[in-house]
Amino acid sequence: MNGEKLMDIPVIRERGQNSMFCGLTGIIWLHRKIQDAFFLIVGSRTCAHLMQSAAGVMIFAEPRFGTAIIEERDLAGLADANEELDRVVARLLERRPDIRMLFLVGSCPSEVIKLDLEKAATRLSQQHMPQVRVLSYSGSGLETSFTQGEDTCLAALVPELPSTPADSPPDLLVVGTLADVVEDQFMRIFKDMGINRVQFLPARNSREMPAVGSGTRYILAQPFLAETARCLEQRGATRIPAPFPLGEEGTTRWLKAVADSFGVDGDLFHKVTAPGIERARRGMARMREQLEGKRLFMFPDSQLEIPLARFLHREAGMELLEIGTPHLHRRHMAEELELLPEGITLSEGQHLDRQLERCRAAQPDVAVCGLGLANPLEAEGITTKWSIELVFTPIQGYDQAADLAELFARPLLRKAKLRV
Amino acid sequence: MQLTVWTYEGPPHVGAMRVATGMEGLHYVIHAPQGDTYADLLFTMIERRDKRPPVTYTTFKGRDLGQDTAELFMDAAREACDRFKPQAMLVSSSCTAELIQDDPGGLAKGLGLPVPAIPLELSSYQRKENWGASEAFYQIVRGLAGPRAPAPGTERPSRPEGQRPRCNILGPTALGFRHRDDVQEITRLLNSLGIDVHVTAPMGATPMDITRLGEADFNVVLYPEIAATAAKWLERMFRQPFTKVVPIGVGATREFIAEVAALAGVDPEPALRDGDSRLPWYSRSVDSNYLTGKRVFIFGDATHAVAAARIATEEFGFTVVGLGTYSREFAREVREAARQYDIEPLITDDYLEVEAQVAELHPELVLGTQMERHIAKRLGVGCAVISAPVHVQDFPARYAPQMGFGGANVLFDTWVHPLMMGLEEHLLGMFREDFEFHAEAGPSHLGASAPAETRAVEPTLSAAPAAETTPETTPEATPDDGEPVWSPEAEKELRKIPFFVRGKARRNTERFAKERGISRIEIDTLYDAKAHFGR
Repeated sequence: MNGEKLMDIPVIRERGQNSMFCGLTGIIWLHRKIQDAFFLIVGSRTCAHLMQSAAGVMIFAEPRFGTAIIEERDLAGLADANEELDRVVARLLERRPDIRMLFLVGSCPSEVIKLDLEKAATRLSQQHMPQVRVLSYSGSGLETSFTQGEDTCLAALVPELPSTPADSPPDLLVVGTLADVVEDQFMRIFKDMGINRVQFLPARNSREMPAVGSGTRYILAQPFLAETARCLEQRGATRIPAPFPLGEEGTTRWLKAVADSFGVDGDLFHKVTAPGIERARRGMARMREQLEGKRLFMFPDSQLEIPLARFLHREAGMELLEIGTPHLHRRHMAEELELLPEGITLSEGQHLDRQLERCRAAQPDVAVCGLGLANPLEAEGITTKWSIELVFTPIQGYDQAADLAELFARPLLRKAKLRV
Repeated sequence: MQLTVWTYEGPPHVGAMRVATGMEGLHYVIHAPQGDTYADLLFTMIERRDKRPPVTYTTFKGRDLGQDTAELFMDAAREACDRFKPQAMLVSSSCTAELIQDDPGGLAKGLGLPVPAIPLELSSYQRKENWGASEAFYQIVRGLAGPRAPAPGTERPSRPEGQRPRCNILGPTALGFRHRDDVQEITRLLNSLGIDVHVTAPMGATPMDITRLGEADFNVVLYPEIAATAAKWLERMFRQPFTKVVPIGVGATREFIAEVAALAGVDPEPALRDGDSRLPWYSRSVDSNYLTGKRVFIFGDATHAVAAARIATEEFGFTVVGLGTYSREFAREVREAARQYDIEPLITDDYLEVEAQVAELHPELVLGTQMERHIAKRLGVGCAVISAPVHVQDFPARYAPQMGFGGANVLFDTWVHPLMMGLEEHLLGMFREDFEFHAEAGPSHLGASAPAETRAVEPTLSAAPAAETTPETTPEATPDDGEPVWSPEAEKELRKIPFFVRGKARRNTERFAKERGISRIEIDTLYDAKAHFGR
C-alpha cells in the first residue's frame, strides 16, 4: 500500500449529478463473451430502452439479453411478481433451448420493491437444472455504475466455480473480460513462459468456467473488479498485484508480475516478451508524435481512467489535467498510482456541472467523456474521445498498444484535417 | 411482466424530455437513479444536438435511500434553477423514483422557486414515450397558458380589421421524425396563404411563448400523438379550433390547405397551385407503371402509418397488404383505416409479431420504422423508413420533410428507391437464369444490398413464428410430416420465379397440393396452382 503516494495526489471527492451508465450496460459485452448465457433484466421500460440505446444498434438477430418489464399489476403484490417471473423465464427458456446459463439481473425498480432475485434464482435453478443454471446479480444504478456490472456478475459466478483439488499445483486465473484476440495473445505468451495452467474468468462458455482453490493465483485484467476479487479470495485464491496491461509498460509489468509469481527465469521472460515490446514501441513511436504534450481531461466512466492516464502520460507523453474515476480502489490501484506523475488531479465521484466548469476552464486538447457530453463539448470547441469505445475495443496487450493510443490521436488528427 | 427484447417506445419521461429539449428556456428536473442519464445521448448522438438536454437528474444511489432522497431532489431543483435560470421548470419522477414516492411536484412547490414548476405524473409502469410527450406538453400548456384563459362562456373576439390571420403550430419536438423540416415546409405553406405562424411549440418555444398561445386564431396540429390533448384543451378554454388533417401526401396536403383556408377565412388557391409538387406527374408518368399493385406492408406510429397507407394506395397505386401501429392510444384510427383496405390491422409493440407478419405476407415493399428496415433487410425485401423511433439516419443533412407538397416529393423518391426498376424487373422475368443478371443480384442501383433471398423464402422461416428463427435455433425441416415433397424439376422451375414472390408461390403450391392430396409436386402442379390462385 502506498499511503504516501496517495497523500501527494489531491483527490477531489464530489457528489451531485453524475453522468455514468448503470451496471446493466455491462451486459452488452458480457453476453457476447459468455456465448451460452442469457441476461434477463428484471426492470422497467427504462432499463430496456437504456440497453437498446447504449448498445447503439437495433437488434435484428435476437440478442441474448432482454428485459422482463415490471408492470402496474406486478407492483400490486410480490407473490404475483415471482409467479410472473417464473412464467417469463419458462417461456424464454422454451424459446431458447440453446441457453445453458441464465442471469437474472436486478435493476433499480426490482431493488426498490425488494424483489428477491437471489431466491428466485435458487427456485428457478431447481426447476431448470441440469439444463440451465440460474444465477442473479445486481446491475442497478443504485448499487453499480457502468463496469461494476461486470464485477457483480463475475462475483455471482465465483461461488459456482468448481474447486481445484487440494494438492493441485499452482494455476493462473486471469480475471476480467478481455477480447478473444487479446486472450489468445496472452495465452501464447504464458505458454512460451512455461505457464500452462492458465484459465480466464469469464470463460467463453458456461460449461467451461475455471476451477478455483487455494492454489489459484489470480491477476486482474480489468481494474473494476473489487467484489470479484474479494469473492475469489474467499475461495482461497491469492492476488498477484500488478498494474493493468495497457500499453507496453503496463503489459510488461503485468506479465512480469505473473512471471515472478510462477518463478519464470528472467532470460526466458525477456526472450518471450522482447518481440511484443519491440512491436509495441514501434507502433507507439508514430503515436507519440501526435500525442506528445497534448493536455488530457478525463470524465469518470469505466474505472479504466487511471491506467489509461498512466499509459497516455508515460508512453505517449500526454499532459494530465484532471483524471476522474467513478471509484478509487486504493489497493487495486496501488501499482498504478505509483506510476502517475506529480501535479495531477484525481477526482472521485462526480458533480457534473462543476466538473464541466473545470473542464472549460482547463481547455484540454482532448476530453474523454460519455456520449451525452461529447457533442456538446465539441460544439464548445473541446475535442473529445468517447469513453465507451475504450470498453468495446481490444486495447490490452502489446499488439493493441498503438491501437489504444490511436483512439486518442484520431479526434486530434480529424480536428487538424477538417477545413469546414 | 412483459418479456421485451426491443421496444418501439421509451419510458414516458423520455417523451417529456423530448418536449423539454425541443423548447428554450425550460428546465426539467427528474428524480432518478444513476444510470437514467443515458437518455441524454439520445439527443446528443441520434439527433446530433450541440447542447446537453436541459435536464438535471438527481442520480440518487442505494445509500441515499436510507437517508433523505427528498432533500436530494430539493437541492438539485434549487441548484438547477440558480444555474440555468429557466423561465419555468418541469419536475417528475422516473420509474424508480415513482416507487419511493417523494412527490417532486409537492417538494418543488415547497421550495418557493422564483419560476413556475410544473409537476408531471407519468405512470411509468403503464405508459410510454409518446404518452409522456403528450402529457408533458399538455401540462405545460395548461400550466402556463391556463392563467390567461378567458372566463368560461366568453365568446372569442373576432380578429381586428386588417390583422392577418395567425395560427400556432403544435406538436414538433426534439428527436421527432423529420419534425425540423416539416415545420419549415408547413410554415412556408401557411405563409403562402397569408397566414402568420404565431407560436410553434414545443419545438423552439419558450415558456413565455406558451403563455401567448391563446392569442392565435386557430391551431395546426402536426403530430396528434403529441399535441392532440393540448389542442383539445386549448379549443375548450380559448375557443381555438384546430386542424384534423395531417398534411402528409398530396391529397392530404390539398385537404389541409382547404381546412386551414376555411379556418383562416382566406382563399386556398395560392397554396394549391404549387408548381413544385412533382409527385402527381411522376406517378402518372408511364415509367411508373410498374409500381401498380406492388404489395406493401406498413407499420409505424399511427399518424404516419395511416398517412402512408393512403398515399401508397391513392398516389402510388400500390396494394396495402398489411397495416399496423405500436401506438395503442391511436389504435382506433388505425383500425378504421385498415377497414378501408379490407385488412386486419396489427396493433402491437412486439417487433417479433411484426416480423412474423412481414414474413407471412411477403410484401414487395415495407414502409416502417428502423426496426422494420432491419426486418425487411433480413427477409430480403425493400424498405423505406416512414416513422419514429428515430435513428441517426433519420436526421439527414439535406432538407427532407414528410409533410406538404415538398414532403410528398421526398416520399416519392424515398419509396421508389428500394424497388427494382420497371424494365429491369421485366428483363429478370424473361431471362431468369442469366448468370450475372439474376434476381438474387438485387436492384442494379443498390450496390451492396443483394437480398438475403434464401433466408426470406425458406419454408421453415415463413411457417414457423419468427420468434423461433434465431440463428442458433432454426429448426431443421422435417420431410415426412404429411407435407408434399417437391420433385427436383419442380424445385428448379420454382427458382425461375422472381425471388420476391417465390415464397408465396411455394406456399400456394404446397397448399394446393395438400388440399388435393398430391404428395409429390411436379412442374404441372406448380402451374396448376398458379392458375388456381391467379386472379
